[in-house]
Amino acid sequence: MTLEINGRQFPQAPRAGQCLRTFLRELGHFGVKKGCDAGDCGACTVLLDGEPVHSCLIPAFRAEGRAVTTIEGLGGEHGAHPMQQAFLDAQGFQCGFCTAGMIITCASLNQAQRTDLGTALKGNICRCTGYRAIEDAVLGLTNVEDGIEPGTAFGRSLPAPAGPDVVRGKARYTLDTEVEGLLHIKLLRSPHAHARIVAIDASQAMRVPGVRAVLTHQDAPPVLFSTARHEKDWMDPEDTRILDDVVRFIGQKVAAVVAESEAAAEEACRRLKVSYDILPALIDPEQAMAPGAPVIHPDRTLSNRVADSRRNLVAETHGEFGDVAAALATSAVTYEGNFHSHRVQHAALETHGGLAWLDEAGVLNVRSSTQVPFLTRRALSDIFGLPMDKVRVFCERVGGGFGGKQEMFVEDILALAALRTGRPVKLELTREEQFIATSTRHPMRVHIKAGADADGKLTALQLDVLSNTGAYGNHAGPVMFHAVSESISVYNCPNKRVDGYAVYTNTVPSGAFRGYGLPQTLIAVEAAIDELARQLGISPYEMRRRNIVKPGDPMLSPPPSDYHDVLYGSYGLDQCLDLVERAMQADGPQPDLSPEWLIGDGIALTMIDTVPPAGHFADATISLNDDGGFDLTVGTAEFGNGTSTVHRQIAATTLATTVDRIRLRQSDTAHGGHDTGAYGSAGTFVAGKATHEAAMLLANELKAAAAGAWLCDAESCLLEGEAVVSGVRRMSFAELARLARERGQPLAAHGNSGGTPRSVGFNVHGFRVAVNKGTGELRILRSVQAADAGVVANPMQCRGQVEGGVAQALGAALYEEMVIDAGGRVTNPKFRDYHLPSFADVPRTDVYFAATSDTIGPLGAKSMSESPYNPVAAALGNAIADATGIRFTAPPFKPDRLFPALHDKFGQPDVSGD
Amino acid sequence: MDLNTITAVAHPQTRSQLPVWTSGDAWLAGGTWLFSEPQAHLTRLIDLADLNWPPLAITETHLTIAATCSIAQLDALTCPADWLAAPLIGQCCRAFLASFKIWKTATVGGNLCMSLPAGPMISLTAALDGVCTIWKAEGGEHTIPVADFVTGDQRNRLTPGDLLRQIDIPIAALKRRSAFRQISLAPVGRSGALVIGSVEANGTLILTVTASTVRPVRLSFPTPPDATALAEAISQQIPDDVYHTDLHGKPLWRKHMTLRLAEEIRGELLGASPS
Repeated sequence: MTLEINGRQFPQAPRAGQCLRTFLRELGHFGVKKGCDAGDCGACTVLLDGEPVHSCLIPAFRAEGRAVTTIEGLGGEHGAHPMQQAFLDAQGFQCGFCTAGMIITCASLNQAQRTDLGTALKGNICRCTGYRAIEDAVLGLTNVEDGIEPGTAFGRSLPAPAGPDVVRGKARYTLDTEVEGLLHIKLLRSPHAHARIVAIDASQAMRVPGVRAVLTHQDAPPVLFSTARHEKDWMDPEDTRILDDVVRFIGQKVAAVVAESEAAAEEACRRLKVSYDILPALIDPEQAMAPGAPVIHPDRTLSNRVADSRRNLVAETHGEFGDVAAALATSAVTYEGNFHSHRVQHAALETHGGLAWLDEAGVLNVRSSTQVPFLTRRALSDIFGLPMDKVRVFCERVGGGFGGKQEMFVEDILALAALRTGRPVKLELTREEQFIATSTRHPMRVHIKAGADADGKLTALQLDVLSNTGAYGNHAGPVMFHAVSESISVYNCPNKRVDGYAVYTNTVPSGAFRGYGLPQTLIAVEAAIDELARQLGISPYEMRRRNIVKPGDPMLSPPPSDYHDVLYGSYGLDQCLDLVERAMQADGPQPDLSPEWLIGDGIALTMIDTVPPAGHFADATISLNDDGGFDLTVGTAEFGNGTSTVHRQIAATTLATTVDRIRLRQSDTAHGGHDTGAYGSAGTFVAGKATHEAAMLLANELKAAAAGAWLCDAESCLLEGEAVVSGVRRMSFAELARLARERGQPLAAHGNSGGTPRSVGFNVHGFRVAVNKGTGELRILRSVQAADAGVVANPMQCRGQVEGGVAQALGAALYEEMVIDAGGRVTNPKFRDYHLPSFADVPRTDVYFAATSDTIGPLGAKSMSESPYNPVAAALGNAIADATGIRFTAPPFKPDRLFPALHDKFGQPDVSGD
Repeated sequence: MDLNTITAVAHPQTRSQLPVWTSGDAWLAGGTWLFSEPQAHLTRLIDLADLNWPPLAITETHLTIAATCSIAQLDALTCPADWLAAPLIGQCCRAFLASFKIWKTATVGGNLCMSLPAGPMISLTAALDGVCTIWKAEGGEHTIPVADFVTGDQRNRLTPGDLLRQIDIPIAALKRRSAFRQISLAPVGRSGALVIGSVEANGTLILTVTASTVRPVRLSFPTPPDATALAEAISQQIPDDVYHTDLHGKPLWRKHMTLRLAEEIRGELLGASPS
């Protein structure tokens, strides 16, 4: 067989059942991505004889004699295809994992299709951008700024440094590399929600040709850990083993097969004979603490940081300020409601996966799709008893994270397999495995009571939260604590009470997810604020203005916190409320809707600490190169968050130069130093601060070195573009580097940030919706978000973070829903049954920024990556309530869920056209 | 995705070359479903491409759609002006959850044989009186109306080794006035209810309900129904347990949307009439 790929002939023959996607990758075309491997996401789109197809669905043998064009070949021998350039100019990507397929698809659209992108792009999922930037690319708009003067990069819309590689399919993600002698891992997963493994017979499996090892709980170190990665291990319970002799959810890994091919590993998995002693399973979190409920982790104690294993209780919190019951009894108005947040998934387009190998020096190398390489190294070092310098963990560009990669889901088994076989090994989770066996947002039941006086001043706020952490306690406590913290500490209220429980169930574990508990409680808190305001006849804006904290007010949530390092480094919540109110009241086109459509407005606000508590560390080093440029080394990872752009902007601004002179190295423990990781919205606020400090120190060194050469006062020296100047004297950075080298004193500096003190960021979202009382359909007529991000480091990227957060939150609020049946099985582990927002589903959101400058963050900047997600479902729920007069308390707000209550209230409308 | 248990692909060029059907065989038409899910029970694919069935043929009496005709080929068909029902073709193609990129590969026959409630080619061919021709595994042919071919969610009349050869649409059906309504939980999501109406030359109103029901349901009204008669007929002929339930729509909603869409179609095709 021969086929032509990007103009070159390939004589290789595919395997009988191979799809074109993997065949192209085996032939070195790593720009062809796997998002779902099932034809739903479009990341693998290539041209087949000039027509776009999803290469994961094309039998490879059908490409015989045909011409394939991948993203690498789209631009021809030289340069870029106009659509590639358009995606660069508009920066129509964040993580970039969908970009190859998106560009190929967009490049093949005809004029008619370009006028209806919602239909044309329904086969391409982008999880990061919210699609506005993609539309801009198709429309030929330019969002990136160029020609920036030296020293002025911060605050400008500079492009992501990886952009040219991303649009050409050359950016390397976790598995985009060839490895000689690679072995493949496949996992056998539990079919039972709760069972003890009695025996595993691997004899038939080992007979499959190519199988090199079968790993079971007998091969796994007896060490208990948490897949959650935090700077402080005490934040999560020790309840997990790499492979355990008890399985606690359907999908938990039972055994790993390591083989010469994925096919052999799969076949061997099918031939493993496992006998189980099936145990009673607990699926309903409401039953978790009931007497007689199955106990999921009976052996775990407080020393494992499990609060009460007999009651399946991982963590709990209780506290009260004032007297809520008494206050409610005497309040002018009260509200009580019960809200349910469902189970949703990150759905980063790059699935979890990685490579591991031992190098000549005996160092265990792990290259994985992670937000936390340094904390993963520490975990591997602990579990395997290896010195820290014998373990290296790093990531290349990561295809989306959203918190889902603040976990160690594959690195442990990769390390075990590499150590056992001595061979390089690879594990790539399937999309189904992502759904059934990684992590999700914590489903929560939130019961709220609230009261206010006749003036609209809050008198009481009470939250009772039940959080379902699933089979393991990764992030169970911290998510619950976060959920009941900023959601109510943003309001002044003399009487507050919190009761929170995080419980185990025999279901897929919950974990870290953008917003970290706050979206779940905000649905209840922000509904209560609106309901009180409605009873009092006060506008939702005014109600909030009367109650929100202002600088100087304590930010309180019971019980009293051990942390007292959250400060008002800046404050823009008042501005955010004003910005949204103005934008919602502005004139706009009147929608042409029949009377069946009920229209309403809703808002919600959020506050978020700019750093997680208890320490979040980052090191940065920067050195002057011989060519007069700089090497900047940071630990934080890039997964579409845009921090690679921002670090260069901070360094270039501080060194009075341009970003093209800053070469960034990142996210590799081999570079030295420490970085807690890219989570908790810390990429700019914490790591950026370290970069800022390093750059400031180096700037001083540069001046001192020049002053030493000139025998002048360093105070008289200035940095200017690519030189140090003092009066009429001028020494280029390159000369300075030469001088330093001759003296044997290379110029370099180190910066460090400990993540304390912390500041607070704010977001307010507003929606105008139309709800069809006859069908339950919902249309978003206006979407506005105002964000207080301090000095905005990169307006284009920050807007993208807000839009992407809104889109992801809308997915959860309107469509996405992981359904778990009575037996604990995820019934819809594929994108076609788990509807991610596509282009047609996401309205344009107008984004406004408050004008503030933070005294704590680097160059006045604050975090802005999680919080845009937080108020969206709450604002939507408030808008629906305003439109329909019905308070819906359990997203997703799908037509079939809204319909029954609408039908009860409004009846069957006449639709015959009579 | 890779189907790693597949060890052989047969490429028959004529019916006589079709291999004897054995357990572990699968027909490969477009492959867009086959390659979208693990198929560990399969060992051989029988590729239908080299049979080279003409995708579309128009005779005096019928439009013949080969089972291997792609969605894109059907969508591109230039229809005579007097095929008043021709818009249904494009409307049903656009009712696919999958995008235009999949239409190039996916086939009409594949959509019928998958027998998903929301299969829009089932909606189209059932509404237009389509008749399936099946090559029986034991030899010979069998014909059956599309509306009877699909018997439930992912269930149909095929027995192992049977091969759907083609769907024949009477030209007379293509000349009927028609109306199309569809609704889903998301703007371009999978159909939760898809109702097609058409009027025969003798004035009979034919309603074909798909997507909301586990199988196609055809209702015939020789005399124009009023709103009440329409709703009553639907309620009688579609018992509650025939409404489909999954992530793409709860049964109660599907039922009400069916009633609603049917009433809209009545209004469009028959004009206003007092209810």
